[in-house]
Amino acid sequence: MSEMLEQQEQQRNYVLRTVEERGVRLVRLWFTDILGNLKSFAISPAELENALIDGMTFDGSSIEGFSRVQEADVLAIPDPNTFEVLPWADPKGTEARVFCNIHNLDATPFSGDPRQVLRRNLDAAVAKGFSFYVAPDIEYFYFAPPQPGELPRPLDEGGFFDLTTSDMATSLRKETIRTLETMGIPVEYSFHEDAPSQHEIDLRHTDALSMADSVMTFRLAVKEVAAAHGIHATFMPKPLEGVQGSGMHLHLSLFRGSDNAFYDEADPYNLSATAKSFMAGLLRHAAEITAVTNQTVNSYKRLVPGFEAPVHISWARNNRSGLIRVPVPKKGNPLATRIEYRSPDPAANPYLAFSVLLAAGMKGITEGYELPVEADANLFEMDDAALTKLGIGQLPQSLSDAVNLMERSELVHDALGEHIFEWFLRNKRSEWRGYKTQVTPFEINRYLRSL
Amino acid sequence: MASVSPDFLVVWPDPPAADLARTLDLAGYRWKAVTSPEEALEHEPAGGWAGAVVSCGENPESAWAFCRALRRRDAMPVPILLLISGAELGQLEMRDDSFDDFCLAPFHPRELEARLRHLTYSDGAATRAELVEYGGLVLNLETYQATFEGNPLDLTFMEYELLKFLAQNPGKVFTREILLSRVWGYEYYGGARTVDVHIRRLRAKLGEEHANLIQTVRSVGYRFGQSRWNG
Repeated sequence: MSEMLEQQEQQRNYVLRTVEERGVRLVRLWFTDILGNLKSFAISPAELENALIDGMTFDGSSIEGFSRVQEADVLAIPDPNTFEVLPWADPKGTEARVFCNIHNLDATPFSGDPRQVLRRNLDAAVAKGFSFYVAPDIEYFYFAPPQPGELPRPLDEGGFFDLTTSDMATSLRKETIRTLETMGIPVEYSFHEDAPSQHEIDLRHTDALSMADSVMTFRLAVKEVAAAHGIHATFMPKPLEGVQGSGMHLHLSLFRGSDNAFYDEADPYNLSATAKSFMAGLLRHAAEITAVTNQTVNSYKRLVPGFEAPVHISWARNNRSGLIRVPVPKKGNPLATRIEYRSPDPAANPYLAFSVLLAAGMKGITEGYELPVEADANLFEMDDAALTKLGIGQLPQSLSDAVNLMERSELVHDALGEHIFEWFLRNKRSEWRGYKTQVTPFEINRYLRSL
Repeated sequence: MASVSPDFLVVWPDPPAADLARTLDLAGYRWKAVTSPEEALEHEPAGGWAGAVVSCGENPESAWAFCRALRRRDAMPVPILLLISGAELGQLEMRDDSFDDFCLAPFHPRELEARLRHLTYSDGAATRAELVEYGGLVLNLETYQATFEGNPLDLTFMEYELLKFLAQNPGKVFTREILLSRVWGYEYYGGARTVDVHIRRLRAKLGEEHANLIQTVRSVGYRFGQSRWNG
């Protein structure tokens, strides 16, 4: 324990010295609200030492979903190991960021902080000997800056740029990758997706807490780099009708020490009993965690047949229509054994999404759930009766369905904790009400004349 | 002002000139004359030598060899004062890195004393910062800053600690478990794979063309660069 305290002191010294040596003018304290929006307040280097030791008090009721008014004040304590100089800031006024854990004034973890929620879930897995690793494939679109009331304008459609626009988008993507790599976020692959103006960047796997931080940084970096060129990047799940939406496929694995706990040489699939129970847990609880992994009204416009997004709750090795795919790892690399959970979208709060996925998988392990049979046929071509016969259910069809399923879920309640569970349900119901009361162009076109 | 615990100097060659021995004694220094770098190492006090006084008299080549040997060693750096005659001053050219200060010989005792006091003033502050260098990589252990080919590398604390540990042991292969226990020292969410994650981050920050500075040794662990001795 004292070794840990000593290292914490060294970490603080490292941060303070770096601020001095690099001439950092502003330190941004980052944290995340319940919906996954990045929040930040800036402090001067002079305030930093105090902030690192005692934290910074702020009024939590100013953050949506954080505190009730009568218990408003919370404490942001920076995690010094997440300190990084921001590559996109003005070179004359170097800025740095550090992620914070939010605490109550009595120093206990604040239950409204998504990062604390993920830490709690990771601690529970560590207690059972597992570390949870995540690698996301994140899709997004580049558009011309949106005008109110106008449909999104993809860059590839010309008109916005005189020069070849695909070159522009590709160079933006490359610049983004360079930015990510200088911030210690290594990229595995990147490419232009099928849809116009859609791109994908795949990150290399890390422990889930670092990855949730990286996803927050990623979303900001993509937007910052695009904005510097007058372009709007969006993680909206389905911005264009008729083409595929943006997903955030998550490659998940558990490690026990340096060994991949999902790997079993003796199994025909090379999947361990642990992996199978984990998958079974995800499949059994998939419907009730979907409100968290797909949290917007728009998310459910993506989860429809025909656009490479999953609709059915099934698994297979090489069938991209299912919810879980088991990629065949490159030969001789058991460490790469993993499962790919395909429904989440990049508008999710990564801390909460990783929390409910881990909770569902761990539940499968502790209860010893049985993995259903592989569904290797193309599920999009089967009718409901055939699917029912195979025992294959569907993901919720709307935010309303998803919220109703989540409300009855003990698993989600325990994973998120009472504070976030309650607030999330309330917020999402109100989002659904706001959507439901709209009269849409679809209805006008379809009914106004004929009825 | 007499110091309570006088600084311990190493003097070359052995025996030193009589006026040098007398000046050091009168100034209150403890000192030991040696004939070779090996002997200097053998007699080094626990806290390291506070300074070295090297006379560049009849045998300048041996004097420079002694200075270079003091510079090369892995232990604490020793600030070097060179005694040199006016006729030999040309020798200093291109050798700025081999000494810290010089005093013209024959010397004035008060000047030598003043220069020694300045040279050994509060250990560390007057000497060069401790650096770990390899190829284009420089880690300054005092300021925690890392540069590659002169450009600053922005590292997190654990990335810096890992790179420091590796760069201090070039050519040596370390398992993940060793790195985890030596660099991290306590359990982290990532378990042993944390090491791989940080290695990838370091490679990303070093840039594609230098990523192979840290090599993966299949089914063992990692190695940084090449050994200095059998590279």
